[in-house]
Amino acid sequence: MLKQIEGSHGVAEAVALCRPEVICCYPITPQTHIVEDLGALVKSGKLENCEYINVESEFGALSVGIGSSAAGARTYTATASQGMLFMAEAVYNASGLGLPIVMTVGNRAIGAPINIWNDQTDSMSVRDAGWIQLFVEDNQQAVDIHIQAFKIAERLSLPVMVCMDGFILTHAYEGIDVPDQEQVDKFLPPFEPRQSLDPNDPISLGAMVGPEAYTEVRYLAHHKQTQALDLIPEINEEFKQIFGRDSGGLISTYNIEDADTVIVTLGSVIGTIQEVVDEQRSQGAKIGALTIRSFRPFPFEAIRSALEGAKRVVVFEKCLAVGLGGIVATNVRLALDGVAVTVYTVIGGLGGRPITRKSLHHLFENAVKDELEEVTFLDLKTDVVERELERERQLIRSGSIAENILRDVGVVDAAKTA
Amino acid sequence: MAHQQVKFYQTGTLTVGNRLLDEDNRTVQATMDRSNSLDSGHRACQGCGEALGARYAIDAAMRATDNQLIAANATGCLEVFTTPYPESAWRIPWIHSLFGNAAAVATGIAAALKVKGKKEVRVIAQGGDGGTTDIGFGCLSGMFERNDDVLYICYDNQGYMNTGVQRSSATPGGARTATTMPVGPQPGADFDKGKNVPSIAMAHNIPYVATASVDRLHDLEAKVKKAMSMHGARYIQVFVPCPLGWGSQPAKTVNLARLAIESGIYPLFEAEHGEITSVTKIRNLVQVDEYLKHQRRFAHVMKNPEQLSAIQATADRNIQKYGLLGGQE
Repeated sequence: MLKQIEGSHGVAEAVALCRPEVICCYPITPQTHIVEDLGALVKSGKLENCEYINVESEFGALSVGIGSSAAGARTYTATASQGMLFMAEAVYNASGLGLPIVMTVGNRAIGAPINIWNDQTDSMSVRDAGWIQLFVEDNQQAVDIHIQAFKIAERLSLPVMVCMDGFILTHAYEGIDVPDQEQVDKFLPPFEPRQSLDPNDPISLGAMVGPEAYTEVRYLAHHKQTQALDLIPEINEEFKQIFGRDSGGLISTYNIEDADTVIVTLGSVIGTIQEVVDEQRSQGAKIGALTIRSFRPFPFEAIRSALEGAKRVVVFEKCLAVGLGGIVATNVRLALDGVAVTVYTVIGGLGGRPITRKSLHHLFENAVKDELEEVTFLDLKTDVVERELERERQLIRSGSIAENILRDVGVVDAAKTA
Repeated sequence: MAHQQVKFYQTGTLTVGNRLLDEDNRTVQATMDRSNSLDSGHRACQGCGEALGARYAIDAAMRATDNQLIAANATGCLEVFTTPYPESAWRIPWIHSLFGNAAAVATGIAAALKVKGKKEVRVIAQGGDGGTTDIGFGCLSGMFERNDDVLYICYDNQGYMNTGVQRSSATPGGARTATTMPVGPQPGADFDKGKNVPSIAMAHNIPYVATASVDRLHDLEAKVKKAMSMHGARYIQVFVPCPLGWGSQPAKTVNLARLAIESGIYPLFEAEHGEITSVTKIRNLVQVDEYLKHQRRFAHVMKNPEQLSAIQATADRNIQKYGLLGGQE
């Protein structure tokens, strides 16, 4: 049924349709509305047979989830930002134990400096933790991919993270086609765990593994993830059969057939990028775009074959590997190993910095002319940066960078950006 | 009431063979159908108090639940010595996740069982004092506060023994550990520090809190049995001497546990909903040096009258606070 609702509410409804049996809730902006709405759905009786637990931390949230999933219950939780870091130990543990938990990440920046707005550093911080990571473009996809996520997770006995841009998606109201229960039940069978804690069949889970077997266990974690490269498109196909909507599988492409320049990105910013691509195409530029939906496992082949014909690739990412540059770009470069194509890294949208069409036009025009630096920080206020570097040259006790920059930028500008 | 000690006229002592007891009062370990939940062949040190405590506690819980039990285990000695896979000493469904989350994992298991309608299956979380009073404390307090249907058992050997004997918030003042070495003017662990988790547990108003000791295994069994007759969050802290960490003779484990109780240094009590309901009285009061002198971790204390009297003062305060006297013969 088509509804005009908040993204978080849409996700809550989608999760509820998947009949989770245990939901662990801990508030952190910007995912909080999702677990709030789920709490109301449980309280109202619309979501039956579900234990909704208010826990004491994100570490507690995922740890409760580890217990419930290991005892055979379909389990869901959500987090963001600092919460992701706080639960990091349990993030690795859940995948190591092979527990098919589904977790929404309302993507948000990480402090310090504390920042509640959107970028994707939180999900990226655990990209190698063994979870499948699916990034969604819009709220319809958020709904659809949550439903698929449970199926992917349970088929592989691996946890899945559904990553959606905080505020931009979680707090946006738009038309969403929310499936009905009958359809979801047809698509998603009840959870049959591969392993579970049962007094009638006692097993030891989470035992110590030494050097004689650890490598094989880790290899199999990698192997299992790569199986998802086949499974994700397969389940997308199944989903399309029942619901009539295509969520795109591993990647989505936009006007890349004849493109010399391809913009590669993750998440909701593709909406703006597509508009700019359209506008530049109308002026004759051979430009296209590619969205990576599955960041883990990383779809090397799909990306390589999509980008092979391009002359240049601009990876636009909302995250930063400090001391390296781009995280997504580094992965994309690996996929293009041996292909004669120039890869540019653009870091943008950090901590909620708006990504405007104007800036993107300018960026893409420079890219087409090959006038980009290898790593570009979109809309970086170089004068502000220079002044701070000068202060540091002049003074030993130059003070805290974050506060200095805020003073320099000024209250008015800060309010405008926010 | 905890296990009631009775002087048997047949033997003239508190010790008696099981055959003289009612079947209900006999130790679980004496029964043919004991579950051997923590089976032999594990890799605990000789004289390990934790292995002894865990075996009695879990078997008692198994009997109380008709073998319908699942356990979550914190990282630590108990986890390591029982499960160098593929050798597992556990005959119950058992999960180890992390050092600091055993209570939360148990909450999750209990939630799953509830939603699946498996009312008969019960859940235990267990860990050492490090995993309980320090790194696992947030999850533990959360489990208490929500009154989740979990019995948490802390095997308290007063330090991080698995990592090589470092101080935890359960390490007593004066004790030598690898991070509180007996050097300088105030040797060993600082006094007036540490965390009394049984009292903190009581402050959560949970249905049941008890302390127990491996010198009186009937009492431990009775407390576990009682805990399993209740629902909601329950906490039992078992005093388990560690020969390796304490520098004591493996053969002295039970004896040391008894001396800790008889000196008043480790009060045994039960509490329900935040109120103390029973206290184990001291039978033969001893001074703390009787307890300390068998342990190398306190060797320097024995030569330091100031520290010795500080430890004696702790015992005296316990005796006063919990009313431990009155059990003398």
